[in-house]
Amino acid sequence: MRLLTTIASCVVLIGCSSSSTPTNTGIYMLLDTSGTYREELQKAQQIIRYTLSRLDAKDSFAVARIDTASFSEKDIVAKTTFDDRPSTVNRQKRLFAEEISIFVDEVKSSPYTDITGGLLQAVEFLNEKNTGTKTILIFSDLKEDLKDGYIRDISFDLDGFNVIALNVTKLRSDNIDPREYLTRLDDWKSKVEKFGGEWQVINDLDGLEGLL
Amino acid sequence: MHQSLRFASKSISRAETRLRERNREVLLAAGREAKERIVEREFDRVNETVCKDLANYSALHRSLSESINRIEEDHQQAVDVPPDPPGWVKAVEAVATIDSREGRVRVGAVLSDIHKSLVKAHQEAMVMYREASTKRHALLRKMRPEWRQIQQTLRRVGKNVDSLLSRSVTIDRHMQEYEDMVTGEDRAVSVLSSSSLVYFFVSMLVLCVAIGGATINFSLIARPMAEMVGGTSMIGGYRTSEIAALVIIMVEISMGLFLMESLRITRLFPVIGALPDKVRVRMVWITFTILFLLATVEAGLAYMREVLLHDELATSALLRGDVSQTLTGQYLWITTAAQMGMGFILPFALTFVAIPLETFVHSLRTVLGLFAIGFLRFISLALRVLGNSFRYLGLLAEHLYDLPLFIPIWLEQRSSKNTGNSSLSEVTP
Repeated sequence: MRLLTTIASCVVLIGCSSSSTPTNTGIYMLLDTSGTYREELQKAQQIIRYTLSRLDAKDSFAVARIDTASFSEKDIVAKTTFDDRPSTVNRQKRLFAEEISIFVDEVKSSPYTDITGGLLQAVEFLNEKNTGTKTILIFSDLKEDLKDGYIRDISFDLDGFNVIALNVTKLRSDNIDPREYLTRLDDWKSKVEKFGGEWQVINDLDGLEGLL
Repeated sequence: MHQSLRFASKSISRAETRLRERNREVLLAAGREAKERIVEREFDRVNETVCKDLANYSALHRSLSESINRIEEDHQQAVDVPPDPPGWVKAVEAVATIDSREGRVRVGAVLSDIHKSLVKAHQEAMVMYREASTKRHALLRKMRPEWRQIQQTLRRVGKNVDSLLSRSVTIDRHMQEYEDMVTGEDRAVSVLSSSSLVYFFVSMLVLCVAIGGATINFSLIARPMAEMVGGTSMIGGYRTSEIAALVIIMVEISMGLFLMESLRITRLFPVIGALPDKVRVRMVWITFTILFLLATVEAGLAYMREVLLHDELATSALLRGDVSQTLTGQYLWITTAAQMGMGFILPFALTFVAIPLETFVHSLRTVLGLFAIGFLRFISLALRVLGNSFRYLGLLAEHLYDLPLFIPIWLEQRSSKNTGNSSLSEVTP
């Protein structure tokens, strides 16, 4: 009897201990829709599909656009937390891909680029989901262009976050003076690392295997 | 050191002897039990033959008696009856009684009548004789199937008796072996020991095959189980769906064990074997029903697995942008049917694991005993060798110690001898 009680207690304890720390993945992807970068969205769609194929049950994924004021839930194009059952997960993935496809077809370019607002929204979303790993993908040229009156010079906690900049294209001005491009990347890197996050840049989209 | 190692070696030797004795007892007990089962089974067969074929001996006897009676009657009727005396005898008597006075004139006519009567009587006799012969032949023909029937019956009886005789020879052989085991003959122990090793390895092989089957079964149902219990929940570091699939397979194997026990094919649980027949039969039906339901569930899960697989492939193809891959082939039903069939059959196939498992469990004890005896013997030998090594090393050390002392002792002896000689020379004058 004592042995049975001990075994039962061990099983319960092991069960409790394993469920205390989340092991799921949370990904928030920001899509730059400003100016000519809108034309790059086809590539973004490929990345989203790839990301969807790598995600599993209980993982969370959201895609939001970067526009004039990105710190808003209205800018989230599609979001989902995958169900526990595999069949439902497949259905959710198909629906998600469909929503993104519609968005890419119908999206209009925005006059301003509020990357920091989008980043804040991403942090808020992923913290709320309380996922095991938190990754923010920024599909942008990283050229922030804020509308007058918008304040984004604020601090936020990026501890435990991986921030990955994807397809950081060179602007015409960057070609004239490459220092601008390098400075931009350095600024973002220092900003993310200052708030406790990890920074990474992936421009070769063929090397996405190591992304997740 | 030598003494202590020798003591340890002796102690281990004694333990080995005890273990060997114990193993021998276990082996003989297992052999006796197995032999009892075989003899019991042989007696069951004899009983079956006696009940089936010799139980209706009275009917057989009656049938034989009736056949013999019929043959006797027919034989009686088929006796060759002598024909009646011919009619002309009367005519002769008539001629003999004719008066001489009035007779002589009519003698020719009388003789003519006699001739006629004689011919007529002969013809009648011939007809009667033919009729009688025909009847006799008919009766003899009727006897033929009766003879055949008797022959067949007797052949059948002979066959049964032969079978009983051969069984009795087998039983005698088994009884002789049983007696050898009871008296603890070395030959019986040796035979049992080698048989036990063979059973152990054969049953282990079959169990490995069964484990392979269980693994296939597991892979068939683990994936769709995620639909029922969730794909991410964990218990002790393992997915709940995988544990649930494993539990289902274990329950199936348990049901299979109980089914085999209830059918008295295996004897792992004496409680089940000792149950009243009515309860036992009820248990057979209950375990079979549970097994059947689980097999049906597995077939359903196997179908679900195929559906999920297609769904996942279609989703992956869609995400890759390869729409052509989402089309399903026309022969996919074959794999679906095969998976469902496997899902249904494997639980029943796993039922038979009980037989090799029983053999494995029974032979494992003996085989472990044999290995333990070998191990103890090795340890004992090693300790003895080590003890002797220490002993001779000690002797060697003693001799080596003596070696440097040899010179001073020799010198001392020599000087003492010289001193003795000088004292003697002083005393002599």
